[in-house]
Amino acid sequence: MTNAPQPITETELHAYVDGRLGTARRAEVEAWLSANPVERERIDAYRRQNQALHALFDPALDEAVPATLRVVTARRRLPAVLRIAAMAAWVLVGGILGWLLRGPEAPMPLATNVLAQQAALAHVVYTPEVLHPVEVRAEEESHLVGWLSKRLGREVRAPRLADSGYELVGGRLLPADNGPAAQFMYQDARGNRLTLYVRTDAGGNRETAFRYAQEGRVGVFYWVDGPLGYALSGEIDKPQLLRVADNIYRQLNP
Amino acid sequence: MNADTDLIAEHIPRLRRYARALVGDRTRADDLVQDCLTRACERLHLWQPGSDLRAWLFTIMHNLHANDIRRQRSRPDCVPLADNLDAPLPADQEDGLTLRDLQTALAQLPIDQRTVVLLVGLEEMSYAQAAGTLGIPVGTVMSRLARGRERLRVLMSDSSGPALRRVK
Repeated sequence: MTNAPQPITETELHAYVDGRLGTARRAEVEAWLSANPVERERIDAYRRQNQALHALFDPALDEAVPATLRVVTARRRLPAVLRIAAMAAWVLVGGILGWLLRGPEAPMPLATNVLAQQAALAHVVYTPEVLHPVEVRAEEESHLVGWLSKRLGREVRAPRLADSGYELVGGRLLPADNGPAAQFMYQDARGNRLTLYVRTDAGGNRETAFRYAQEGRVGVFYWVDGPLGYALSGEIDKPQLLRVADNIYRQLNP
Repeated sequence: MNADTDLIAEHIPRLRRYARALVGDRTRADDLVQDCLTRACERLHLWQPGSDLRAWLFTIMHNLHANDIRRQRSRPDCVPLADNLDAPLPADQEDGLTLRDLQTALAQLPIDQRTVVLLVGLEEMSYAQAAGTLGIPVGTVMSRLARGRERLRVLMSDSSGPALRRVK
């Protein structure tokens, strides 16, 4: 029944299904299948299995990776001993800073590294969101800013970052350890996201220089400016992030 | 070290897709991926830079899943594989039904066959890569693939009358 020069093996039939045969042999298999309708039916069913597997499971490729999975690789970037040492160093720095920066009779100011950590955490949790990255979208900016200002008890603004290549996506309200915090999310043309985290500072009315912290994959520039603490988080390199942070600072302090 | 964990992170979407096909349920699939990533990061020093990282990660996932199955066998009160399928199915009714049939049929394949069918058909590994990932000879990959595909075909034709319809 068959004109194929060599008998076709079961392995070759599967290689045909998986597109792993050379052109010449593929043509021979196709000719053989045309002459064997029962086998053709079987092999076609196998090919449809492959297509159906992709139809059923490929959507998983496009889902945002949950933060719980992303942090597994992010937090392993330092060996355990160094991680603990780094954490201890931060706590120490935070404690010393807190002590040095305490005002007379003032409540203990928030340790600034806490600001960076909370901002980085909020960044990691919300930036992968596809459907609900923000509570209020940029189209309702005046509502967004008014609402967040009211909840934080201070006037907050969403800086314009278009000249840095980022557009406002929107914002949301978050809990912080001493009250509410706000998060503004920005996105560039390639979909990279930055977040600006704003919270009230219990220390009040002081200023700090820009500080930088690396929390896993997320870089954070943070500073305190009077009653508010700011933290800009992103997964871009430090000089780029600094340029955006500088842009924000100059807009907030014209 | 940093570069390597970044390389691992690039494989997360594929690991999730495979895990979901393997265990059927989204939450348990992500648990499996998380275990796999944790294990991979712990053992990163064992990975040979330049060798096939994807195969190495899939080997880890395969071994973890095999352990899970062994544990389940000793605790038979566990939820069967295909009982809570939460993947949203495509809108088209007929194809949706067919895809659900496929997922149900997949869950009925013996795990050795299901693994090979997915590594080859979904992950599109070559037969040699699949053999390397599973630590078995290529001949064994081919026989499991043949039996798995035929079993799927029979299961699908039993459940939906005609054999698996075309899916776009």
